[in-house]
Amino acid sequence: MLIFEIIMVAMAAIRANVLRAVLTTLGIIIGVAAVIAVVALGQGAQRRVEAQIQSMGTNVLTIRPNWGHFGGVRNVAQRLYVRDADALKRESNGLLTVSPVASSGQQVTYSRWNAHAEIYGVWPEYFAIHDHHLALGRYFTEGELQGRRRVAVLGANVLSNLAGQDSAALTPESILGQTIQIRGVPFVVIGILKAKGESGFQGPDEDIFVPTSTALYRLFGGRERLSSIEVSTFSPKEQEQAYAQIDQIMRRQHRLRPGDDADFQVFNAAQMMSTFNETNKTLTYLLAGIAGISLLVGGIGIMNIMLVSVTERTREIGVRKALGATRQNIMFQFLVESLALCVLGGVLGVGVGFLAAHLMTTFAQWQTYVAPYAVFTALGFSAGVGLFFGMWPARRAARLDPIEALRYE
Amino acid sequence: MNDVIIRTEGLKKDYVLGAETVHAVRGVDLEIHRNEFVAVMGPSGSGKSTFMNMIGCLDTPTAGKYWLNGQLVSELTDDELARVRNKAIGFVFQTFNLLPRASALHNVELPLIYAGVGSRERRRRAQEKLQMVGLGDRMEHKPPEMSGGQRQRVAVARALVNDPALLLADEPTGNLDSTTSQEVMEQLAALNREGQTILLVTHEHDIAAYAKRQVHLRDGIIEKDFMNHHGGAEA
Ligand SMILES: Nc1ncnc2c1ncn2[C@@H]1O[C@H](COP(=O)(O)OP(=O)(O)OP(=O)(O)O)[C@@H](O)[C@H]1O
Ligand SMILES: [Mg+2]
Repeated sequence: MLIFEIIMVAMAAIRANVLRAVLTTLGIIIGVAAVIAVVALGQGAQRRVEAQIQSMGTNVLTIRPNWGHFGGVRNVAQRLYVRDADALKRESNGLLTVSPVASSGQQVTYSRWNAHAEIYGVWPEYFAIHDHHLALGRYFTEGELQGRRRVAVLGANVLSNLAGQDSAALTPESILGQTIQIRGVPFVVIGILKAKGESGFQGPDEDIFVPTSTALYRLFGGRERLSSIEVSTFSPKEQEQAYAQIDQIMRRQHRLRPGDDADFQVFNAAQMMSTFNETNKTLTYLLAGIAGISLLVGGIGIMNIMLVSVTERTREIGVRKALGATRQNIMFQFLVESLALCVLGGVLGVGVGFLAAHLMTTFAQWQTYVAPYAVFTALGFSAGVGLFFGMWPARRAARLDPIEALRYE
Repeated sequence: MNDVIIRTEGLKKDYVLGAETVHAVRGVDLEIHRNEFVAVMGPSGSGKSTFMNMIGCLDTPTAGKYWLNGQLVSELTDDELARVRNKAIGFVFQTFNLLPRASALHNVELPLIYAGVGSRERRRRAQEKLQMVGLGDRMEHKPPEMSGGQRQRVAVARALVNDPALLLADEPTGNLDSTTSQEVMEQLAALNREGQTILLVTHEHDIAAYAKRQVHLRDGIIEKDFMNHHGGAEA
């Protein structure tokens, strides 16, 4: 009963100066909104990558260069070469399907259109490894690979990316057999892939695939370095064996002595997921930490305004005490006020955070997901900030001497 | 007599200001009975307000003893004193001390809120007291919308709403013109006739004349204590 009355009194104090209340809670609003938006981004990225990794298939192993340590100095990434892929193919006795991957973003032009696309230099086996399928035309052949021929297989969305508004003018049929320019180098379009949708790993919908040799020598300036080598087994059962073989072959290729650290890494879907999750978590914590600091700053703002409020209302406190309010009553009144301010800021902040997440998705195409736990944590935090930073002003109010308070002008 | 409401014994209050000590009240022995109407008088700085604050349990004495309704209140804690103020004492201040943003009704309800009285009962009692002081038609008005006399009557209603054993008024007419002062004093006199015990501080003799008894302070001690000739003859 009394508690309810005191809550009403605190609310009335906030209502009496809504503008000030909102300005005061701005710090909290920004802090909470930042927490919500940052966590939404992290969660969104996580969901997206999870889906991608899932779709990549459990049979696929990815070999990447490792960051080497030599004499305690963090060195540049070690290299992967086409000859490594050759060795894997040659020496695995048909257990592994292998394709090197060299990739780079390039400008693509056709007719009066141009667009940006990721160019992948791969072997014909790549399409089987990732279970891609043709909508039209054909893949490139072993002969075209050996001959460094300028032929390209396009992802399903490349055409619409090129044509933009007037996509009706550019049909798959019309471009097949035509020549497009990749970084100014002419390529004949020989095939177009079926769409895989959003969950496709590394595209393929937005990407263009050309023979590895052509990519390395005609597009990427003779640079021999691969971004990865991708390998699949026929079934997940053979993965253990595949790991062992890859390790053995790669070690020999890179002339590592027994006991040397590997200068390459082999990932499968699950491992990539956990690596990504770890990175993502660290990043989310870091950003949430920064957001937390802004909450803290917001809390200091609340404390400041509550101290002002206590001073302004010294007489009111004196009157209430004279009429029988105990220390506890007064303390509770001001605590409720700062708590309500912070929770108000928290609720507004959650709203702004939702909006920010929505805007990021709409305008930057970043996938976001506002997790319920983030909302509750943010609200809980702002309530905690309200209690913590409201405590000192409330105690000051509670300890005021009634006579001095009544005499205060 | 056994209906003693206030009894003080050697009540003292010192204020320490750096190296100097101000002896504001220097040993007051006083007894006030139920249904008395006492005016405390004296020159400025004689310790009237200091004395009243101790009687009102807003302040604790440096030395001496004070019984209110037979309870030794000079040794209570802050929160116990708050409860005594809430239940047994009603204050009327020179500067009204109403909450400016709250309605007259809410101002009068305040002591009942801290007494834990339910909202309906609270409203009923506050309305009754406001009607009693002649403000039945001003209950939703806020203090800044009222005249000084009306504000002081709201304060009187607030002081009475808990049915206190003791009504304390420190210069209640200090901020009012003489006509309004008389109205407020008539009100207090009427309350006293109905049995309310009142202790009043004033500078003015015509205000003190409304009381039945006068206590004069000088330099923190009682200089004179006598009955007004028109007042009741009890002692
Ligand atoms: N908080 C305080 N700190 C220090 N000295 C004080 C304090 N309050 C009162 N005094 C001193 O105590 C003495 C008595 O003050 P008090 O307010 O009781 O006088 P008063 O009789 O009410 O005077 P007035 O008629 O002017 O209201 C004065 O000398 C005053 O300066
Ligand atoms: Mg005084």
